[in-house]
Amino acid sequence: MSVVLFGVWPYIALAVCVVGHVWRWRSDQFGWTSRTSELMEKRWLALGSPLFHFGALFVILGHAVGLLVPASATAALGIPETVYHTLALVIGLIAGIVFFAGAVILGLRRYVTKARFRLITRPADAAMYAILLVVALAGLSATVGLNIVGDGYDYRETVSVWFRSIFTLQPDVDALAAAPWIFQVHAVGAFALIAIWPFTRLVHVWSIPLGYLVRPPIVYHAPRP
Amino acid sequence: MRVRAQMAMVMNLDKCIGCSTCSVTCKQTWTNRDGVEYAWFNNVETKPGIGYPQRWEDQGRWKGGWTVDGSGRLRLRAGGRLRKLATIFANPDLPSLDDYYEPATYDFDTLLTAPAADRMPVARPLSAITGRPMAIEWGPNWDDDLGGSALYAATDPNLAGLTDQVQRSFETTFMFHLPRLCEHCLNPACVAACPSGALYKRERDGIVLVNQDKCRGWRMCVSACPYKKVYINRVTAKAEKCTFCFPRIEAGLPTVCAETCVGRLRYLGLVLYDLDRVEAAAAAPEAELVDAQRQVFLDPSDPAVIAQAAADGIPPDWLAAAQASPVYALALRHRVALPLHPEYRTLPMVWYIPPLSPVLDATTALGGDNTSADDVFHAVTELRIPLGYLASLFTAGDTGLVAGVLMKLAAVRAHMRAVTTGAGAPDDPAAAGATGPELEALYRLLAVAKMRDRYVVPPAHKEEAAELAAWASGCPLDRAPLAVA
Repeated sequence: MSVVLFGVWPYIALAVCVVGHVWRWRSDQFGWTSRTSELMEKRWLALGSPLFHFGALFVILGHAVGLLVPASATAALGIPETVYHTLALVIGLIAGIVFFAGAVILGLRRYVTKARFRLITRPADAAMYAILLVVALAGLSATVGLNIVGDGYDYRETVSVWFRSIFTLQPDVDALAAAPWIFQVHAVGAFALIAIWPFTRLVHVWSIPLGYLVRPPIVYHAPRP
Repeated sequence: MRVRAQMAMVMNLDKCIGCSTCSVTCKQTWTNRDGVEYAWFNNVETKPGIGYPQRWEDQGRWKGGWTVDGSGRLRLRAGGRLRKLATIFANPDLPSLDDYYEPATYDFDTLLTAPAADRMPVARPLSAITGRPMAIEWGPNWDDDLGGSALYAATDPNLAGLTDQVQRSFETTFMFHLPRLCEHCLNPACVAACPSGALYKRERDGIVLVNQDKCRGWRMCVSACPYKKVYINRVTAKAEKCTFCFPRIEAGLPTVCAETCVGRLRYLGLVLYDLDRVEAAAAAPEAELVDAQRQVFLDPSDPAVIAQAAADGIPPDWLAAAQASPVYALALRHRVALPLHPEYRTLPMVWYIPPLSPVLDATTALGGDNTSADDVFHAVTELRIPLGYLASLFTAGDTGLVAGVLMKLAAVRAHMRAVTTGAGAPDDPAAAGATGPELEALYRLLAVAKMRDRYVVPPAHKEEAAELAAWASGCPLDRAPLAVA
């Protein structure tokens, strides 16, 4: 079971993600959008959307550091383990709560408060929200339950080792299997999110318009014979 | 000098009866689809009035268009590129559906399926958004013909600068209709605000379009357009806007709104402009805006312009069309057409001939003879009320410019009356800054012009058809030259 979930599933998810993105990009430029609903409702969005998105930016950044930078690297830089741990915990918890609060506000806004969304909410939205909430809840409760209420757990010794091993094509299934179940749910769920990514509105993440900062203001198009 | 061609429109507001045929035919052609139920690429407003979306002219609220900063540089009113990206998750300047209106249909099914009964069945209004029964409380022309209303017209942002006394007398004397569509600006704020670069201006004819495949739904164009003429399709979440009926224009046909205008108040034609002058004109001081914007345009009969136009790839038949353009004649030769809100600094390309009829009514009310240019001139200069209002719409507050246009229109009437009735010597046309033949040419264009004179639309060149199709479809294979049988 752990071989399938921790050793095989990540590769399936990554493959679906890559192939799915290629397919979506080539066949559905018209559908490649944030699917904004700000026209339909502004007040809750003005609160929930910035919380969700800025929270997500920090959550992603934190995961990148926590998963990709080995403990030996931060130790070599002279950062004591306790300092790193406290920083990661505080920043991660704040970002996680902000992100989660934003997701809950946006979810309630869409599914509870307004009939206006009924005709424009798609099944992919529901799937995305469900997986996102499960993953976020698991991540938050792991942090709170094990590291704040509990005695502390160093995921860098297990989860991070497993995550990096995926990319060396030598999946260290035992490393994740040794971690508490809540981390396992978080990790497996995260790969589910990666798998459905190309089929949801999440594709708009890849369209962050940084090119806007450098292009000339007025775009002309000159079809000439 | 870089010569570019722009397809532009003039509307003669004296002739608009507010029938909204243009709006309806436009909607039937372009926006009778899911997602854009609330969008009217063309709408007709009553002025003074609230407009659609509500109070769209209140740029203190919506932050549309451009401003000039302390160092004289042009910048988007809603802020620079970094602010655009910072507010991309929630745009505080974006109107919501309630600022437009909630579109409705009716439960017509009940009328057909109701069982026999003593009373007539009733078709209740149903929201086109939620499908549920709703109370209709607003619409795209809810204050239609209510130009004197304290409830609606009094909240018109254009009245903000006028005093209470002026407002009251104004409300009892003055009302006209204002048809609006995308202005296809020379300096389009929507294009400059689009983070994806999906909006673009065609250099060939100046039409501003949205590339639906590049739009990512960042919706900055909607708030950046000071005329609120870019819309979000609520289903596809992509921006949509007036296309100036480009498939018809390319075929040499007038836009649907112009073709179906029963008042024959619309004019279509090319103007040539100098791309190098656009930015400076848009950044001109407010008092000189209208003149600065006129300076952008080039005289299509000037040999230097003709030579440069040829060098810049403008075909000879297009140049001929520019010389015959009714838009050039009305806006730039006779200067009776004015831009809508030039202070937004987008250089709008739909021009308006301000309505003279309210002044004629007022002349009569003052005991004057509205066929006498002298009496009308007198009324124009005395009536600070409509002048102030028209100036806030068309000249960034310069009442002298509006007065000049109204006097010229009055002079056309007086001159033609004198000429055709032979009753007395014509009034001195020089008083209106025009010669007799000029007034007669203006009369022909305003009063008796045939369709071919009102719509001078040179078709796109057939040899460019493949290029145009490739751009529309995004398919590089379409770029191959068409096989000629």
